[in-house]
Amino acid sequence: MRRFLLPLAVFFVLVIFLAIGLTLNPRDVPSPLKDKPTPAFTLPQLAAAEKNFSPADMKGKVWLFNVWASWCVSCRQEHPLLVSFSKEGKVPVVGLNYKDQGADAKNWLAKFGDPYVLSAVDADGRVGIDYGVYGVPETYVIDKTGMIRMKHTGPITPESLQKQILPLVAELSK
Amino acid sequence: MRLRTLLLCCGLLFGSVATAKEAAPMAADVEVEKRMVAISEELRCLVCQNESLSGSHAELAQDLRREIRKMISDGKSDKEILDFMVARYGDFVRYRPPLKPTTWLLWGGPFVLMAGGLTALIAFLRRRARNGAAPALSEEEHRRAAALLDQSNS
Repeated sequence: MRRFLLPLAVFFVLVIFLAIGLTLNPRDVPSPLKDKPTPAFTLPQLAAAEKNFSPADMKGKVWLFNVWASWCVSCRQEHPLLVSFSKEGKVPVVGLNYKDQGADAKNWLAKFGDPYVLSAVDADGRVGIDYGVYGVPETYVIDKTGMIRMKHTGPITPESLQKQILPLVAELSK
Repeated sequence: MRLRTLLLCCGLLFGSVATAKEAAPMAADVEVEKRMVAISEELRCLVCQNESLSGSHAELAQDLRREIRKMISDGKSDKEILDFMVARYGDFVRYRPPLKPTTWLLWGGPFVLMAGGLTALIAFLRRRARNGAAPALSEEEHRRAAALLDQSNS
């Protein structure tokens, strides 16, 4: 009986490792941009193409930077949450309209609501590359000094909003 | 029947159009293309994580290949290009991440496992050698064995 004890123990250790592995999200790649300054850019705004937006404009404020596109299915999934959240006015949300058509993007916002203070237009995705965007939607929490403090990949869920994003925003706003 | 032929022709026609479009982004410069492929073979496409950047059809991969081409034409070194990617997407984009505390387990793990396996194997073989061959039969057991063999022979 003794001789089976060791293989059995090894087996259970393997099972535990695999079980942990199953609960991890392979899409959740830690971003090297955390605690780094926001990459600078200047892009036209979606609603008013003659006006520009640059992250430096938000200095002194805690803000959310949300990458979205009208072609992105998961963006629609998180959109109602963003809309209702932005109505609370707790923190400004700036959009990055990623590789989209201007008309489609405007229609989309008109149809589903516009949670953004403004949306910057990243037509060729070049700014997206600087922000390490690989799976729209992505959301960045940026502090008063313009540092990226958190990156959330994929649609925001009520849970991630309440448990991760809002506590961090509250802490940074102090 | 005629309709089917027509559809087939359409398919062939558009098929060729599609491949022609596919080939368009190829850089005119063969050397640039060669280096771009060599670098992007080393990089993981983050959209479809088990494909390299060079083999992926994801739109992001195409954009990143375009960036790499541009950096090569700008005279950037391979290391500068890899650093550009790592600064944005982390060590995860590299198929051969650098050796550092967070990747020690990744690089050393297989060797630790192999060492463990070898130790267990050697311990097992030693114990078997020490215990020797099966114990010799006693006089009584010899007779029983002979009787059994006789029985099966007859």
